[in-house]
Amino acid sequence: MSGYRLKSGGLVDRSKRLNFTFDGKRYGGFAGDTLASALLANGVSLFGRSFKYHRPRGVYSAGPEEPNALVTLRNAGRSEPNTKATVVELYEGLEAHSQNRWPNLQYDLLSINQIGGPMLVAGFYYKTFMGPTRKAWMLYEHFIRKAAGLGAASKEADPDRYEKSNLFCDVLVVGAGPAGLAAALAAGRAGARVVLADENAQAGGALLGEKEETIDSLPAQDWVAQSLAELAALPDVSIMPRTTVYGYYDHNVLGAVERVADHFATPNAHQARQKHWTIRCASVVLATGAIERPIVFDGNDKPGVMLADSARRFALRQGIAVGRKVVVFTNNDSAYRSAVDLKDAGVEIAAIVDPRGDLSSPLKGAVQTRGIRLLTAHVVTGAKGGNALKTVEIAPFNPESQTVGESREWIAADSLAVSGGWTPTIHLASQAGGKPVFNAEIASFVPGEALQNWRAAGACKGDLALKDCLSAGANAGALAAKDAGFASGTTPAFDVTLPAHAGSGGSLYPLWEVTRPKGPKGKKFVDLQHDVTAQDVRLAQCEGFESVEHLKRYTTLGMAADQGKTSNVNGLALMAAALERSIPEVGTTRFRPPYTPVALGALAGRETGFHISPVRRTPMHDLHVKAGADMLTAGQWMRPQVYRKSGEDVFDAYVREARRVREGVGMVDVSTLGKIDVQGPDAQEFLNRVYSNGFKTLAVGKARYGLMLREDGCLFDDGTTWRLGETRYLMTTTTANAAGVLSHLEFLLATVWPEMRVQVTSVTEQWAGIAVAGPKSRALLQSVIEDLDLSNEGVPFMGVCPATLDDIPVLVARLSFSGELAYEVYAGSNYGAALWEKLMLAGEAYDLVPYGTEALGTLRIEKGHVAGPELDGRTTARDLGLGGMTSRKKHYIGRPLMEREALNEDNRQRLVGVISSNGTPLRAGSHLVEGKTAEQPGRSLGHVSSTTYSPAIDKFIALALLEGGWEENKDRRLFAADPLRGGHDPVEVVSPCFFDKDGSRMHV
Amino acid sequence: MRIPCPTCGERDVGEFTYGGDATVARPAMDETDPAVWNRFVYDRENPRGAHLEFWQHTGGCRAWIKLQRNVLTHEVGASELVGPWSKPSEKDAQTKRQEPVE
Repeated sequence: MSGYRLKSGGLVDRSKRLNFTFDGKRYGGFAGDTLASALLANGVSLFGRSFKYHRPRGVYSAGPEEPNALVTLRNAGRSEPNTKATVVELYEGLEAHSQNRWPNLQYDLLSINQIGGPMLVAGFYYKTFMGPTRKAWMLYEHFIRKAAGLGAASKEADPDRYEKSNLFCDVLVVGAGPAGLAAALAAGRAGARVVLADENAQAGGALLGEKEETIDSLPAQDWVAQSLAELAALPDVSIMPRTTVYGYYDHNVLGAVERVADHFATPNAHQARQKHWTIRCASVVLATGAIERPIVFDGNDKPGVMLADSARRFALRQGIAVGRKVVVFTNNDSAYRSAVDLKDAGVEIAAIVDPRGDLSSPLKGAVQTRGIRLLTAHVVTGAKGGNALKTVEIAPFNPESQTVGESREWIAADSLAVSGGWTPTIHLASQAGGKPVFNAEIASFVPGEALQNWRAAGACKGDLALKDCLSAGANAGALAAKDAGFASGTTPAFDVTLPAHAGSGGSLYPLWEVTRPKGPKGKKFVDLQHDVTAQDVRLAQCEGFESVEHLKRYTTLGMAADQGKTSNVNGLALMAAALERSIPEVGTTRFRPPYTPVALGALAGRETGFHISPVRRTPMHDLHVKAGADMLTAGQWMRPQVYRKSGEDVFDAYVREARRVREGVGMVDVSTLGKIDVQGPDAQEFLNRVYSNGFKTLAVGKARYGLMLREDGCLFDDGTTWRLGETRYLMTTTTANAAGVLSHLEFLLATVWPEMRVQVTSVTEQWAGIAVAGPKSRALLQSVIEDLDLSNEGVPFMGVCPATLDDIPVLVARLSFSGELAYEVYAGSNYGAALWEKLMLAGEAYDLVPYGTEALGTLRIEKGHVAGPELDGRTTARDLGLGGMTSRKKHYIGRPLMEREALNEDNRQRLVGVISSNGTPLRAGSHLVEGKTAEQPGRSLGHVSSTTYSPAIDKFIALALLEGGWEENKDRRLFAADPLRGGHDPVEVVSPCFFDKDGSRMHV
Repeated sequence: MRIPCPTCGERDVGEFTYGGDATVARPAMDETDPAVWNRFVYDRENPRGAHLEFWQHTGGCRAWIKLQRNVLTHEVGASELVGPWSKPSEKDAQTKRQEPVE
């Protein structure tokens, strides 16, 4: 094909020249061009290489259905692979690259795949590599994947911003062609809140660029402009150009992407590149139009072969002649408009080839007066050329017997405009759940019964004539408004005039594939983007993949990025022919979102990087940062990991911190613990049912450690609960489980025991908490608390007392996670920072050290206290050595199933302590095995859950879950195997409590 | 998917957390037969059609609700509050109406 810019015509602004590059070469175009039209204007015919065979491909269409002209747009972090050149609006400085070729587009070495073509049929890779030769796949996969494919994604971060927003309306109209405009007008006039979305920059749809039609005595262009002006004046109507409604979900929720700045090189300041819209509406009008479909013949993918109406659109919209000598091949009337309009624009039409025996006289007249050669009862049997089309082979055809004659004629042409009829764009309707039905008149599927509140109108419903589109659109718009509660007046009748050569809609002769009676059997493509041929479809049928679902998956027909917009119906027709069934009997597959590919950035919106989830900070956060703590995320919380001093690494720091706690005093921010206020006359009974240990005897002013089980008997959560008053408790949960525990309690109170007078409220963020631990903790606290005696008598172990610290009202609870004499001091969140500062200041005299989560872990592991890694959802209380905390005297959640035999077997994995025998640090996730070597590890007997270096015993230690528990295994020589990261080290199995076994240190 | 919350009105599914089959009743606290508990915890019908489900409006009023939902057509029906907030007389009437239809 050697396209060129016509002297006049089109909607482009010829005064505004734009420069762009394709594969590094500089070109010029005009404002209003697409990348495809601008390249055609420059005589470029080769756009890319095909997916599997690396065949040269040109531009096939002028719209979103484009299977061939895929390019990588922009560069670096902004690079966008597989962009359809036909929908890219040209901008100054645009940079595009062709794809799937090496070393370059003109000379692609991998086009050798064409020669191996007969081998690369459907299922080739499975047949070749999935049997005994599977090992070969491992070897060749890399090369095969490289040979087949599309563009490559950028590995750099996208510098642009994407946004997400919600939109509510009464009536959503998808498509701003004649039907959509009429629908929006009808619904808008009725007073409904209307959104009219269209994927193109300009509204008008099929009317865009038309010169001859009139609607209500106005030229079509003027009618579009007038309609848009009226819509813009209506207060509740919004028009959204460059917005693709890509998905139709349940309950009239639709997804749309607005390409806010894709038509600029880079977005303007503060502008998003794309915006994702979640649209919720009462009612939808689908006016999505129709897509022309190809006819399948030998060489139908040659650069220069394209859809007939697309050739016409390039002429009318961008003033482009797609070639110097055009052959039109059509089985219906619509392509005659292409022939006539191109001819009138000054393009040579070499011939019109039509399988039909006869034509309507106005059509014939229009062709004859222009002196175009008309070959009725003929078909195109082949297209020839290398990187560009050179000749078209035609043969006589008998439409009655459907046979191709043997004589041939070759017509020189650089462009072949094909029309096999029109396929309604039923994607959204199909997604919405209505099963498509076959319309024999247009030989295609149209939307079926609506299962949600939508109605299709216009070409999308199979009404191809302009007058029908307009009235159906108006009707649908009025009914949609009515469904949303807006009564409308009478729908207007439209007065439409068309040119004589417009033809009629019901004139299609179903012709799917042309086969030469004899001669070469070249490749005939059904799915151009995935290189699926007619032969592949028949092969699938031969091999038993007869259902459409199997056909699709076996041949990958329609599974490319274009979702088979131009190939779907042809594929079904060929399968129907192979099975000798009708197309509706074969059926069609359901379309899935998205209608066109959606950038992941648009789906993510602003929720990337730092903003991927909310950040929760404790009231003391700024003080930790100021003190130079390494902040680490724990779920959504930011927690200090260690407070490193200069020269220290994380290891040095946590060892120092943990040692200081055991020797003197340390403090840690525990504000992240989940806290639930439990109040009510039945609170005590409620707690007694949700915890496995007794809560009936808990006195006011005391705390108790409790275990919570799931209904299936496994451990759910643990924590202390403090009785603050007769009917008031403060429950603490693990940091990670806070939300889950609250929901669990709410569920029980709502659904199981609605009669219980208990209220639960999350107070996690209302309290700041600091654990002060170590032998000197009592002295330190007593130095700042005057109104409470902190002695063992004043605040006994597990005692909870209100006090005043300096002038801050606090709760002091004598709890110990570290195994040392320790207190937790709670204050209202607003006091948190002041409390921390006052304690730091008072602590100077005691050499107080703040410690982070790392030392917190060290201290609890030394004591064998369980936490998240041990409460992994599979362990029972007995597994963790907490069997004594499961009451035998009461009924509580989880008890009946906890008592199941299998959960009480002696060989279950139970909590043990593990010491590294050779001084190698242990790693969480390592498996405990008997095998002495990494090569022969043997069966996994358990796994390491929490690890640390223990300053108390000067060894690398860990908690682990091991079959049979520690006493069974204490004399066994086991290994911690870590095959993924490497490591196989001997360990000693000991009691999980490594330090101060009798607990005397915390009871002083 | 949109879910009608009895207190907040129709909201997006993203605000809710699924809470399981609402036709399953928890055995009495003093029930000791493990088979009964086993059925309660593990046995679920999975009818092709109408389901009655628990949902919590975690991103809203936090109420637990019972929701009628058809897993075949994705239709969402009526919802009701569960717990002490639903009036007993009304609740009984609604429960009857909301029994899943085969």
